[in-house]
Amino acid sequence: MEKKDIIQSFKDSLFTGLIALALFGPIVGLRTVSKGEGLFITPQWGVVFLLVGLCILGRFLININSARTTEFKIFSTLSSRISSITEDKAKHFAITGILFAVVFPFLPFTDRYFMDVAIMILTYIMLGWGLNIVVGLAGLLDLGYVAFYAVGAYSYALIATTFGWSFWICLPLAGVFAAFFGILLGFPVLRLRGDYLAIVTLGFGEIIRIILINWYEVTNGPDGITGIPRPSFFGLPFKRSPDEGETSFHLFFNLEYSTMHRIIFLYYLILVLALITNYFTLKIRKLPVGRAWEALREDEIACKSLGVNPTNTKLTAFAIGAMFGGFAGSFFATRQAFISPESFTFIESAIIVAIVVLGGMGSQTGVVLASIFLIGITEMFRDLEQYRMIAFGGAMVLIMVFKPKGILAKRKPTILMHGDKK
Amino acid sequence: MEYFIQQLVNGITLGSIYGLIAIGYTMVYGIIGMINFAHGDIFMIGAFVALISFIIFGLTGVALPIILLLVLLIAMLFTACYGWTVEKLAYKPLRGSFRLAPLISALGMSIVLQNYVQVSQGARVKPMQPLFSGGLEFFKNSEFIVTVSYLQIFIVVLTIILMGIFTYLITKTDLGRAQRACEQDRTMTALLGINVDRTISITFIIGSSLASVAGMMFVLYYGVIDFYIGFLAGIKAFTAAVLGGIGSLPGAMLGGLLIGLIETFWAGYVSLEYKDVAAFSVLIVVLIFFPTGFLGKPDIEKV
Repeated sequence: MEKKDIIQSFKDSLFTGLIALALFGPIVGLRTVSKGEGLFITPQWGVVFLLVGLCILGRFLININSARTTEFKIFSTLSSRISSITEDKAKHFAITGILFAVVFPFLPFTDRYFMDVAIMILTYIMLGWGLNIVVGLAGLLDLGYVAFYAVGAYSYALIATTFGWSFWICLPLAGVFAAFFGILLGFPVLRLRGDYLAIVTLGFGEIIRIILINWYEVTNGPDGITGIPRPSFFGLPFKRSPDEGETSFHLFFNLEYSTMHRIIFLYYLILVLALITNYFTLKIRKLPVGRAWEALREDEIACKSLGVNPTNTKLTAFAIGAMFGGFAGSFFATRQAFISPESFTFIESAIIVAIVVLGGMGSQTGVVLASIFLIGITEMFRDLEQYRMIAFGGAMVLIMVFKPKGILAKRKPTILMHGDKK
Repeated sequence: MEYFIQQLVNGITLGSIYGLIAIGYTMVYGIIGMINFAHGDIFMIGAFVALISFIIFGLTGVALPIILLLVLLIAMLFTACYGWTVEKLAYKPLRGSFRLAPLISALGMSIVLQNYVQVSQGARVKPMQPLFSGGLEFFKNSEFIVTVSYLQIFIVVLTIILMGIFTYLITKTDLGRAQRACEQDRTMTALLGINVDRTISITFIIGSSLASVAGMMFVLYYGVIDFYIGFLAGIKAFTAAVLGGIGSLPGAMLGGLLIGLIETFWAGYVSLEYKDVAAFSVLIVVLIFFPTGFLGKPDIEKV
């Protein structure tokens, strides 16, 4: 490398430092603190200089590195290797994954914390798969998916607490309600183009949340609904001391009582629900309606001229996606036994969309990888509570910048005109 | 009647703030065809910079007009840095990529900015003592006295001045011509020797500066800010941009005014709790019935 290059990159780094100073100076450097009457400023220049120094150093290293090699390739080679591995061995990968998921609760290192994280990841995988029908297959960007999740959770909670019906009756009802809301929203808005649709669905998600907060009579407002019945194992509740005339799970199977039984049951419940979603998606892709979704995603005008009704076709995708969102919602309600509008903010929608898009739209395996990756990142940063959302947003930007089509970028058409020519 | 006029005045004030943010959305959409989801958070950063500088200058005891001018310039400068950096980091590498990629990247950027401010400035709301007091009173003989505060006059006048400068910049200068040329055809503009990257950067800088002015007005008008204000204000300003016709600059201002008015009248006459629902419902209704907005050009899809 020539001397001129080094001086050039040095100047460039100093410029970066100047910008970084302007960025971090006021917001990080001058922290506003309320004291008694009014606000006061506490300077934190140390942090600012650290950040600026890091920016200068980072920029300098990147400059030197990019002067040496033509491209900064680590990230893209890594992800293309992952995608080629999963591409070749998709079936093995899926089977190993499912087997691992099935034995996971009984592995020696699995404790309560791991189970909770696993249940959370599986919930997001299920939501991701449900949204994948809408975003990945039909190509409709839905930023308000959490609305259906909320509708599912609230309808489950309201039906279960009002009528006392069991989980297995409430679950399909919640799905039906969510699908109904999907149709209600979808019918007017589905003729809109990509990013307009995104904003309208976002608005719908917010409307649902505001209604949940303000409609005290039904939803109990911001306080939420408590005492949602827990699911039972085909009629056997997970209680230490069952009510009169009831047999609880541990008594029936003659086990010692443990709270883990319920957790493990919940784990398998969400696993089965998620796998049903996946199975359904894989099957419906091969039906005419699934083909029509993918065709619409690729070229709407061509579809119209071939006689596919875009609105109805999109509506089915929307409703089915919403239904799975509703199922996941009722699972969420029964797991938490408490729901409030706070669980259904826009950020949840953003996470689910991020999982679908980062995984590579339309890829079922991608959703799994992205859920594990994103939820894993936020879990790793759990001790640094406040920084985890920064890490999460940063990961979204980075993956998009380096890998705009998602982790598993290759998107094979499900059907080819002349057999399987490669 | 008096109540109506009061709501009208409030609505126009609020509409000015939304209009200034909406310009940032509509300009970016016009030039690179993406929804800059982080724009609402740029507005929030502008509000924070303004708040911090108000506190600093408030201690020096300088006269109010000078403080206002200084804070205005400082907020514009620092917030423009944010707009510029966000574009360079998150959007520029994605130019020419498929349609949803920049939207997701912008979503990520929005999350980053929100949490960054939450971490560095704290999650609590930041109250500020009012700088302006008093106002003009009308209809003194009737039951309901209509008050137009000096602050409201300041906000509306400042908006009109900025809009004047901005319109001049876009219609009369080389920069504005370059910008409009980029909107029409980026490849051709580049062939004619215009630095497209620079023009796009400047678009972001102008949009962010206007958003920061809106942020400063927001601090003065409401007196309370937190790290989350960017989300709702951003959505409403986007609604305004769509209502006026996205890509159209006078449309953004008109849309901002309409959204401001709809929100205040809804809050005044229908229901205060559901005032945010009003903005979203308007958005949905507008997109269904006039997808091109009032002053937008129809969007023809070609095969």
